[in-house]
Amino acid sequence: MAEVLVLAEHTDSGEVKKVTLELLTAAGRLGSPSVVWTGPDVGAGLGRLAEYGAEKVYTCDSPDLSGYVVAPVAELLALLVESAGPAAVLIASTGEGKEIAGRLAVKTGSGVLTDVTGVTAGDNGGLVAEQPNFGGAITVRSTVRTGTPVITIRPNAITAEPSPAPAAAVEPVEFAASDAARGARVTGHVVAEKGDRPDLTEAQIVVSGGRGTGSAEGFAIIEKLADALGAAVGASRAVTDAGWYPHQFQVGQTGKTVSPQLYVAVGISGAIQHRAGMQTSKTIIAINKDAEAPIFEVADYGVVGDLFTVVPQLLDDIDKQKQI
Amino acid sequence: MNIVVCVKQVPDTEVERKLTAGDSTLDRVSVDGVINYLDEFAIEEALTIAEAHEGEVTILTMGPAKASESIRKALSMGAHKAVHVIDDGLAGSDALATSLALAAALKVVGFDLAVFGSEATDARTGVVPAMVAERLGVPQLTLAGKVDVSGSEVTIRRVSDEGYAVVTASLPAVVSVVEKINEPRYPTFKGIMAAKKKPVRTLTLADLSIDAGAVGLAGAASWVEDFAARPPRAAGVVVKDEGDGGGKVAGFLSDRKFI
Repeated sequence: MAEVLVLAEHTDSGEVKKVTLELLTAAGRLGSPSVVWTGPDVGAGLGRLAEYGAEKVYTCDSPDLSGYVVAPVAELLALLVESAGPAAVLIASTGEGKEIAGRLAVKTGSGVLTDVTGVTAGDNGGLVAEQPNFGGAITVRSTVRTGTPVITIRPNAITAEPSPAPAAAVEPVEFAASDAARGARVTGHVVAEKGDRPDLTEAQIVVSGGRGTGSAEGFAIIEKLADALGAAVGASRAVTDAGWYPHQFQVGQTGKTVSPQLYVAVGISGAIQHRAGMQTSKTIIAINKDAEAPIFEVADYGVVGDLFTVVPQLLDDIDKQKQI
Repeated sequence: MNIVVCVKQVPDTEVERKLTAGDSTLDRVSVDGVINYLDEFAIEEALTIAEAHEGEVTILTMGPAKASESIRKALSMGAHKAVHVIDDGLAGSDALATSLALAAALKVVGFDLAVFGSEATDARTGVVPAMVAERLGVPQLTLAGKVDVSGSEVTIRRVSDEGYAVVTASLPAVVSVVEKINEPRYPTFKGIMAAKKKPVRTLTLADLSIDAGAVGLAGAASWVEDFAARPPRAAGVVVKDEGDGGGKVAGFLSDRKFI
């Protein structure tokens, strides 16, 4: 079976991100999964990757890979596409992942499909990818006609399933980026304080607040509910426009697209713009004082009421449940 | 300083959008076209940089005749001139083909800084700025939450969920900016009047020396096999809070094993 390359995402300390396990599960449906691991020693990550089906792990610790914006990583992948002749390359559908995919597609003259939520093997060794379009209103089935398919897969869309490989073979790769790939130099990092909350796009539960929260102070109740449920915090455009919560937490057409097991929309009316970012969530709960709010059309469970009385009661009840 | 802003006309996101049954391309006819909302931030950023550095702003758009509406709007915001890449052969182009045409046009027009929005609200691939940088072999400074130009260098804050990275490069370079990096200006009446007289140059595939087989539906490297409307969500339960709303939500959560 042909190899399928998976670009691993991991923390600085070498912890494999959940999306990488999801990519491995997708890769296993298309061929024999080979991970591309950039950065320091794969270490303990190796066992985790093998547990989810990695048969081979290419490792590369060239400082170029993190010292410049995406171009070197795309160059490394292009080299591996050349040498390994994979059936496809799978990358996480994040801002950076999509950019790497785009550059790789140009380098290899290949078709690229982004924000994919499912892949299956097609005829003649090809693949068929599912992509939600227009915020999930339409599902498109796409194929790649030219080159080695470059596919970015949306976090949280595919359930990672353990599929133990005997032991992943480690293959170190020597690499130095070209001058052209070293044009945009990273000179520093500023890490945002994030606390213990899960990533918005990877979270199992997302609690989002809208205009109904009324102010930055009012929005604090959304964070409280999120923490009680172990959830990520999201916000509607009205909230980020007003500056009540930072822009990177905006869920919607022009913000993040999320697809958690549970989405709790609090004080959000549910305009098309917002629904486009969350309507593929598995279960949706809405709390809004306007009975006519369109959010109730997509909600599995809705409460028409004032969020400032409903949510505190909900918090009390969650607290009681935890004490049982 | 020569700044080119790549602007896409897209169907209005406030209304329902459709795919055409025949060739699965976006129905751009029955829905009003507007400037991609995210490109407005790119236009504003370009105008701000041009004002500080005695620059000139050119709008570069690829699209059918109708896209001239968006070109006029961008010119009325204050851009100086525009280039419209227009050719029937481009219809149905995927990201690979779009980046090929835009890169070729940027070469013809010349630029110190090419500015993009972070993505277009129709296809939402977010890959085109990176592809254009790759094709032109110039530095890619994308997903910027802040842009500073100083002499022949550009420095950005590249934003991510983790925070941001500081990235520096020499010009010429490709930059993309994220939503809310600035507050896009509204066209003034004077601006709207002035826009009518601003030059718009058109370029065809032949002008760009691009073979028609390399772009459009004919050259598509990715292909839509079929599509279907997502099945509507089953109707849920909506209750009125009678002083027990929070408890009811807790009950639902507990039934579904979320708590």
